[in-house]
Amino acid sequence: MATLNQLVIGASIGAVLLLIALGLTFTFGQMGVINMAHGEFIMAGAYTAYLLQPLVGTQSVLVALPVAFAVAGVLGLILERLAIRHFYGRPLDTLLLTWGISLVLQQVARDIFGAPNVQVRAPGWLTGGLDLGVRLPYNRVFIMVLAVGCVLAIWLYLTRLRHGRRMRAVMQNRQLAAVSGVATERVDQLTFFIGSGLAGVAGVALTLIGPVGPTLGTNYIVDAFLVVVAGGLGQLRGAVIAAFALGILNSFVEFWVDNGASLAKVVVFAVIIGFLQLRPQGMFVVRTRALS
Amino acid sequence: MTELLRVRGLNVVFSGFRAITELDFTVSGGELRFLIGPNGAGKTTLIDVITGLTRPASGSVRFAGTELLGRREHQIVRLGIGRTFQTSVVFEQLTVLENLDLAATFRRPLGTLLRRRRGIADQVAEALETTGLAELADRPAGVLSHGQRQWLEIGMLLAQRPSLLLLDEPVAGMSRDERARTGELLRQVAKEHTVIVVEHDMDFLRRFASTVTVLHEGRLLCEGTVAQVQADPRVQEVYLGRTRKESAELVKEAS
Amino acid sequence: MVGTAPAGPTRRRLAGPALFVAVGLLLVAVAPAVLSPFRLDLLGKYLCYAIVAVGIGLAWGRGGMLTLGQGVFFGLGGYAMGMHLKLREAGPGGLPDFMVWSGVESLPALWRPFANPVFALAMVVLLPVTVAVLLGLLVFRQRVRGAYFAVLSQALAAAFVILLVGQQGLTGGTNGLTNFQMFYGLDLYQPGDKRILYLVVVGVLGAMFLLAWQLSRSRFGQLLVAVRDGEDRVRFLGYEPAVVKTIAFAVSAGMAGIAGALFVPMVGLLSPANLGIVASLELLVGVAIGGRFSLAGAVGGALLVNYAKTIFSEESADNWIYLQGAMFVVVMLWAPRGLAGLAADLRTAVRHRRRRPPRSVPAPLPSGTAAVVANRAEEPA
Repeated sequence: MATLNQLVIGASIGAVLLLIALGLTFTFGQMGVINMAHGEFIMAGAYTAYLLQPLVGTQSVLVALPVAFAVAGVLGLILERLAIRHFYGRPLDTLLLTWGISLVLQQVARDIFGAPNVQVRAPGWLTGGLDLGVRLPYNRVFIMVLAVGCVLAIWLYLTRLRHGRRMRAVMQNRQLAAVSGVATERVDQLTFFIGSGLAGVAGVALTLIGPVGPTLGTNYIVDAFLVVVAGGLGQLRGAVIAAFALGILNSFVEFWVDNGASLAKVVVFAVIIGFLQLRPQGMFVVRTRALS
Repeated sequence: MTELLRVRGLNVVFSGFRAITELDFTVSGGELRFLIGPNGAGKTTLIDVITGLTRPASGSVRFAGTELLGRREHQIVRLGIGRTFQTSVVFEQLTVLENLDLAATFRRPLGTLLRRRRGIADQVAEALETTGLAELADRPAGVLSHGQRQWLEIGMLLAQRPSLLLLDEPVAGMSRDERARTGELLRQVAKEHTVIVVEHDMDFLRRFASTVTVLHEGRLLCEGTVAQVQADPRVQEVYLGRTRKESAELVKEAS
Repeated sequence: MVGTAPAGPTRRRLAGPALFVAVGLLLVAVAPAVLSPFRLDLLGKYLCYAIVAVGIGLAWGRGGMLTLGQGVFFGLGGYAMGMHLKLREAGPGGLPDFMVWSGVESLPALWRPFANPVFALAMVVLLPVTVAVLLGLLVFRQRVRGAYFAVLSQALAAAFVILLVGQQGLTGGTNGLTNFQMFYGLDLYQPGDKRILYLVVVGVLGAMFLLAWQLSRSRFGQLLVAVRDGEDRVRFLGYEPAVVKTIAFAVSAGMAGIAGALFVPMVGLLSPANLGIVASLELLVGVAIGGRFSLAGAVGGALLVNYAKTIFSEESADNWIYLQGAMFVVVMLWAPRGLAGLAADLRTAVRHRRRRPPRSVPAPLPSGTAAVVANRAEEPA
């Protein structure tokens, strides 16, 4: 029964990682940039929920989801316009640039909200849990449903809508897409908006399972990057599998191994290095003939 | 002549697409062999397989008796097979001399790696001479023209002292003068090495009296002298068939 | 600054060694005479970071491996040294203070061999080098590189810190190792002895700098640059790039380990905060600002940034964070080659002005058609 419990905890963490990793994998895959400030969009989403709470009351989570999506999305768009667009195809440079920005954003949050963590109260219908011999906490179930819904929406967007297909085209071959009449710059902006927005949604989700602080994003960004590495660049399927696998593995090591909490990350790291021996480019990859 | 390269039953598949099918291909020591064929014939793929860049689905590639499949690229180079690429890649931050020196280094004892280069090694000097790049030796490779880069690449190959050279479209994108010079270079190189050249350019090919292998859609179409190949109706069909006039001319020329 | 300097006028060839000697004299003779013991300690700390910076300059600048986990190697070296010093203090059969506090009753097996001073010294280098070699071979052989490698190295730093914090009884947890009295016979509370330690740090930095310098001007250094700029092409020169990269990565890890080992007696403490994600990135800031392509730039940048950190943190830690963030942004946006890059541009500009109006450099032509005058003074960009 404890197994089921850990499974739910792990899967819900995996769901959050997935929401975060989606934005990273698309911006990395499409524009070749690594956005370390992505973690701060999570934080922005979480603080959005915190700010909305006194205004909207107990149902604030439902309001916070779209608002946080918009807030984080706009922040992402600003970052893209002001800095990142000068750095396309230079992942290492963007990594350092955006890390600097992430430091500043964290400090801004510290100055506005204070360094101590704050709490967002979940609405009544999310407290408690479903009793199936073991209790499935409603908040964790809600997060999973949320993530699945977002992935479904993204999948439909990528495959069914013209905008989404353009995004895939740019991701696969930027130059060809550009000469085929795709306004790549607009597509880039939209990708950034959606990716950052999803991080904001992840931030709201995190308020349901823990407190909110200025370094909230930092705690998840590294794992989210590992999801991108293991899942394969710009791959929706890969990201889904890798995120849940990582979340669940982490949760099981923490529970089953003695003093597991401190070992979990080491084990996850070792598993990923091992996995890369089998699939160096992640789970799913399109084979091409070009020499790098 | 002894058999140097022996490809048997080669199959290469790219996610469902058969790039090479049941290919047998043999090159003897000292030969200058041309590989031709329309786009998608599998010429570059064959070279990629020989040099370890592409893993085939099945088959065997033996070089002087040693199986190459399953070896990594650098191991194959160390066995004595060198190649150039369609778009030449040289190290732009290093000088011409340093590029050549680096290519010659893997045959040296390990300790020399940790020392600074002093003087110019024999094989590097020879490569400079052969390619005619001696006067540019101290320039960074980044300033070279397209033709010079190709020559530098060939020079780097020579400095490696390989026994088999694979050149992938060495004259593509070159001016008339550059082609002529590359032809000279090739003639010189072929004197002492076994060379396989992938080339589209029929003009270029005609100037060398040597064996030509024609590939088509991943299969071996025919093999023979330039004249024989040009006279082969199948070759005219697939390779030259696009313009009737040109193929007619070629037939006339060949007969 | 990449590659070896072309053979230029003697004056320019001597500029490097002259600068090296001048800075050496400044650090060995002038600094101990004019700085208070407190400031000299701080300088010693910066110099430890500069040793790490030399390694990063080699791995990142020459080899293109952005390592975001250098803190791990710094920590491995540091803990190896710290464990030895704690055991020395506790004496034979005694337990380090923090173990007593956290209720550990007998010395863990992991700690025992560190009582031997030679073993500890060996581990300072061997531990980080082993980890780097393992990681390097596993990752680079699979052609995982660039941003992926950066992300993995960062994840390693994150995992390492969580491990250290979690194993309270073994590592001292969040507090790490503190209260060091003696270092191989030197009394760390004696300014005179501390000055000797400082001189050791200066000497080690000089040695590491020369080692990295020799490596970068050797054939190995050229090979490393070649791997950075065209890893796939290097395979066709008959090398396994993974091996080349792993060697450079391991050397940089060893340097970080040595730096960590000197940091422990110099600063008197080592905790997970000194080697986590943020600390690892801070090690990079200096190199980025000083100029990753120049070893001297990396050292200068590390000194400068850590000095700035002290100054600004004395007023308020918040200011430092803003400044540090801003520095990253400014350098990446406007001077990706760092201060050393700016200096090189400036030198080139001055030289060009001093000369006659620049003759147009003839486009290189194949020999035989036209004689080309190799412009030897031209520096590779």
